Amino acid sequence: MIQIIDLHKSFGSNKVLQGVSLDVKKGETLVIIGQSGSGKSVLIKHLIGLIKPDKGKIIVDGIDITQLREDELYKARRKFGMIFQSAALFDSMTVAQNVSFGLERYSKMSQKEIRKRVAESLAMVGLRGIENLLPHELSGGMKKRVGLARAISYGPEIILYDEPSTGIDPIRADAINELIIRMKKEINVTSIVITHDMVSSYKVADRIAMLYQGKIIETGTPEAIKKSNNQIVQQFIHGSAEGPIENW
Amino acid sequence: MRYQKVPLLFYDFFQGMGEVGLLFSRTIKNIFKKPLEKDIFLQQVEEIGVRSLPVVSMTAAFGGLVFGLQTYIGFHRYVGPGSEAYGGPIISLGLSKELIPLLVGLMVSGRVGSAIAAEIGTMKITEQIDALFSLGADPNKYLVVPRMVAAFLVLPCLTLYGDVIGMIGGFFYNVVVMGVNKVIYIKNTLLYFELWDITTGLIKAAIFGIVIAIIGCWQGLKAEGGAAGVGRATTRAVVIANIMILILNFFLSKALPASLGG
Ligand SMILES: Nc1ncnc2c1ncn2[C@@H]1O[C@H](COP(=O)(O)OP(=O)(O)OP(=O)(O)O)[C@@H](O)[C@H]1O
Ligand SMILES: [Mg+2]
Repeated sequence: MIQIIDLHKSFGSNKVLQGVSLDVKKGETLVIIGQSGSGKSVLIKHLIGLIKPDKGKIIVDGIDITQLREDELYKARRKFGMIFQSAALFDSMTVAQNVSFGLERYSKMSQKEIRKRVAESLAMVGLRGIENLLPHELSGGMKKRVGLARAISYGPEIILYDEPSTGIDPIRADAINELIIRMKKEINVTSIVITHDMVSSYKVADRIAMLYQGKIIETGTPEAIKKSNNQIVQQFIHGSAEGPIENW
Repeated sequence: MRYQKVPLLFYDFFQGMGEVGLLFSRTIKNIFKKPLEKDIFLQQVEEIGVRSLPVVSMTAAFGGLVFGLQTYIGFHRYVGPGSEAYGGPIISLGLSKELIPLLVGLMVSGRVGSAIAAEIGTMKITEQIDALFSLGADPNKYLVVPRMVAAFLVLPCLTLYGDVIGMIGGFFYNVVVMGVNKVIYIKNTLLYFELWDITTGLIKAAIFGIVIAIIGCWQGLKAEGGAAGVGRATTRAVVIANIMILILNFFLSKALPASLGG
């Protein structure tokens, strides 16, 4: 469903992506792991055309989205829901206005249907009765979950999670893992999840890919990753300061 | 090392102008595309227009007073005592063509241009602009268009209002404070002052409105590097817009005909 082919991206002299290639199948949950600053967020921002690559292709359902005109890109984006690392709620809008933002643009629902869908989406992430609060009245974890509700509200086929559980207590974080699994089982969404949390990676992933020095150095099922011979992968998944990864 | 600074500055200048030009042409193209963001537009009219009224009232009133004061002195000294009432049309012309549009432009730039840059800059560094994109809203259409259109329409209104206040200020100083002959003052003003004088001021103001909004949005969208980056963007938005307003004002004064009749 998604094919990333030889993606390159630099910011000035900072070569972030240096030939990333990755396939994601329909209905699959792929977890991307990698050090802080390795370019995970940059990689998934390419998928919705927020960042243009210097070189490479991204094929989504047969269409290379790096070549699309702006208006075509808007249509292609409808397929994606993105959860931002920093939640990125619109801080001048209420929770309800935040969650309904995509719905109003991507669907033809009536106001009543929208209100109902907003409440449902919030309930899915375990929030109720906060529709009229402003983002600054929410805790960090609540903001994250509102961001999640906003991204799933209009029923995207592909959901991109940028560290969905960072800053959330362990119980709620596990509830988000459950949600990721449920979305896959019930509505067959394709998910790409960025996380630093290995426990949750093992739980939600069909496959795990590790990004290191601008390339995907290994992909495999959680079992295969655990048994990997690659020293870098081993060091990362065990969270050890000793090993081949130095510049941290 | 010092010699490298000059070409670099030139480079920045042209790059900046290029970016502003691109942003402007994109914004123009987006104005008539659906959906029209009516709510945000009205919100901006209130923010840029209604909330600027106190500031505009103050500057226009004192601008009118001081301009009336100096014109009185000028006539009194060079033409002679008793001629001060002939200052009426000069005061009205100077105010409506130059002083009021300029004061309104600079004051609104300080108030609104900085607020636009700060708001959009904060949205940029907190990924809200990216979020707009991901939810199917074009940030240009959603953020830049309503601000530019609102500023374009509102600044002439503020200027017209400022003209009235300023002229009352000039009249008040001469007629009420200095006891100049009221009939001659008004008669001369009506005789020599033209509607076109007001219109030139309003044309200028509309252009200043575009400059303020576009520069504010441009700097906001370019902001990076946390809170300090937003602060820098805000300051730059005001400084660049003010310089552009002052330079454009001269060229517009030169380019727009002094009088339509002849
Ligand atoms: N818009 C940008 N302009 C310039 N450099 C950028 C930009 N976005 C990201 N970078 C750089 O790209 C690199 C990768 O950043 P990215 O945010 O993708 O890291 P990450 O893997 O998501 O890290 P983390 O786990 O901490 O979120 C960093 O060195 C960062 O400085
Ligand atoms: Mg990141």
